[in-house]
Amino acid sequence: MAITDIKEYAHLTAEDVEQLAQELDAIRADIEESRGERDARYIRRTIQLQRALAAGGRIALFASHNKLAWLTGTAMLATAKIVENMELGHNITHGQWDWMNDPEIHSTEWEWDTTCPGVQWKHSHNFIHHKYTNIVGLDGDVGYGIMRVTRDEPWETWMLGNPIYNVLLGTLFEWGVALHHIETAKIRKKEKTWAEARKDLRVIGKKVAKQAGKDYLIFPALTGRNWKHTLKANLTANLIRNYWAYMVIFCGHFPDGAEKFTVEEFENETKGEWYLRQMLGSANFNAGRFMAFVSGNLCYQIEHHLFPDLPSNRYAEIGVRVRELCDKYDLPYTTGSLGRQYMQTFWTILKLALPDKLLKATPDDARETRSELKFRVREGLRESFTDPDTGKRRGLRTALRELRSGGLAA
Amino acid sequence: MDSPLRSLARWSKAPTKDVQAAKSWVNVPRGLAARATTPLLPDDYLKMLNPLWSARELRGLIVDVRPETADSATVTIKPGWGFSGRYRPGQYVGIGLRIDGRWHWRSYSLTSIPRRDNKNITITVKATPEGFLSTHLVNGVKPGTIVRLASPKGDFALPDPAPGKILFITAGSGITPVMAMLRTLKSRAQQADVAHIHSAPSADEVIFHDELRELETTQPGYRLHLQLTETQGHIDFDHLADIVVDWRERPAWVCGPPALLDNAEEAWKSEGCGDQLHMERFTIAATDKGGEGGTVTFAISDKTIEIDGATSLLEAGEKVGIQMPFGCRMGICQTCVLPLESGHVRDFRSGAEHREGDRIQTCISTASGNCTIKI
Repeated sequence: MAITDIKEYAHLTAEDVEQLAQELDAIRADIEESRGERDARYIRRTIQLQRALAAGGRIALFASHNKLAWLTGTAMLATAKIVENMELGHNITHGQWDWMNDPEIHSTEWEWDTTCPGVQWKHSHNFIHHKYTNIVGLDGDVGYGIMRVTRDEPWETWMLGNPIYNVLLGTLFEWGVALHHIETAKIRKKEKTWAEARKDLRVIGKKVAKQAGKDYLIFPALTGRNWKHTLKANLTANLIRNYWAYMVIFCGHFPDGAEKFTVEEFENETKGEWYLRQMLGSANFNAGRFMAFVSGNLCYQIEHHLFPDLPSNRYAEIGVRVRELCDKYDLPYTTGSLGRQYMQTFWTILKLALPDKLLKATPDDARETRSELKFRVREGLRESFTDPDTGKRRGLRTALRELRSGGLAA
Repeated sequence: MDSPLRSLARWSKAPTKDVQAAKSWVNVPRGLAARATTPLLPDDYLKMLNPLWSARELRGLIVDVRPETADSATVTIKPGWGFSGRYRPGQYVGIGLRIDGRWHWRSYSLTSIPRRDNKNITITVKATPEGFLSTHLVNGVKPGTIVRLASPKGDFALPDPAPGKILFITAGSGITPVMAMLRTLKSRAQQADVAHIHSAPSADEVIFHDELRELETTQPGYRLHLQLTETQGHIDFDHLADIVVDWRERPAWVCGPPALLDNAEEAWKSEGCGDQLHMERFTIAATDKGGEGGTVTFAISDKTIEIDGATSLLEAGEKVGIQMPFGCRMGICQTCVLPLESGHVRDFRSGAEHREGDRIQTCISTASGNCTIKI
């Protein structure tokens, strides 16, 4: 049943965790001290590129009856929307660029190009998801209240629709994100009233009207007789953005190895254990520079969760140091190709549509969730120690590897 | 009932409610175009063509930096969209300058004449050893640089029409707001009887020395007394009548370092004519409190509280019953960020000191001396 004793699971002592926290704090301090003109130029240029793409795409679509213009315009607009949502909106709202003291690029001022209002996003994402990351019952992003992504959550009949919800969410991702703040799971449990939800809906409605008005009314109308082509182009651009954002976000927390945690774990958590939960609860995917850019550097989900407010252009270099720490403490660093990460996610969603009695693994030792009991059940290695021959620490990563290869498990 | 035309204009302007426009009709086309650029403004695209074509944040282009004395210079700025030329002589303007990726804000007195000077504004800056922005403005800033501007503010201003008899007492760079007043008087051709006492270490260090001397010869009502402190010592307020016999009867504008202002305040008070005195304290003492707490003022709610260095500003606000915005309470979600209006605060986490003009995370900041937060 998810991880409750994170130290035991990670094969670390309280002192180890404390030391790890200090080393992570040192990374934060180094980055904070070295932020400067180079970083500022990066975000300014990204903004320029994004606006040029958006303006260029809209202009190209004035000739949307022409196939080439349609394709070019749609591609430019889709890219602009992706860059705006991922590298700009998400990251600026996290306060990654607040250090510049520029009111035009600031978490308190930025409104992003999507139907979800920035204020609500700050609550449901920056606060709820980033503070309670992967705590089953507290983090609304564990299945978003509409899917079952871990067997720590008891099966209910409606979950049979898991694969369908998955396709729908991917397609309508922008709308899913906008409605996320409604917290359907809480309404189901009667922790939130419909009156409260209606208030949120009014705020969402205003933003939706502006966004939909722009893409589906004003720009089609502006292009006159081409309105149908432009409408289709805008719809397509939004769809492409939806699928891509969905893909990146699902690959951040649902591949195998992104662990889940219990409320009990959270209640007794130290600063170091918070860090550790972020490391063990997130997953990266391999990306080159282009992929990293269009994913808003969320291919570095682990680094993002450790330091949500450090500038995204630094996650790559932070990643090198985090990997070194993982080696040092023998901790897993969950990553893989985008395809592999997504297939694992997809398989979990498919599988968990079924009731538990049809599933083989227990919540303590399944692909998508594990707990410290995994090592007890299988009588694996629980104690960490330093190998006298190699001088290397043998911890969680080695234990997982040995269990997998059957070297120790019965 | 509003006329339909007015309702239409209001509807058109709706997306621009936070945008300052020099003329309010400009916000009608801006607001209409914003329907297509939402969530951005048309300005956000136009500024890519010309950095001055945006009123989202007031901005200006530095067109000239001219040295005045060895350590002071006059900076001429061409303001961009949205900046109103309707300031009063003596007011100051906020200048934001980007240094190593970060915007730094300070206020400087305007030395230009309102609605003149080809719509450009000028500030005159003296480089002070501790003021790294002033040093940068005097020695480092190049024409062509884009700066941010804040609307002109301040009560230290000359009324229109000006009083018949005036006393100015200035010291060092305290001359700057008074220079704007003198230039305005001259341009309005108002023949006021002006007595001006200016204090500086030596004649070489008098900012606007030649211009003041010229005023003396061309303006019959203007009398200048230069107090050169290296040879003559500081102004003696006990014997002010030796320089200006009727000083008690003159509305006075005094600007200079804190010691001068304190002496002036005392002199005017003891003569019972304190309402004649206008002062500008333009130096904010840098904090030496090191995050040990202080009095926090919440500007909009009009509440204050004394806190120690272990209490966060968020807790402080909640203690006096303000609905403070908050989220994670651990410095990661940015829900609690508020603008710091004046004073200094310290970030618990990094120990970094923030000053006015910064936006701060209230859940991880405490007062570093007295400070004011806008909520």
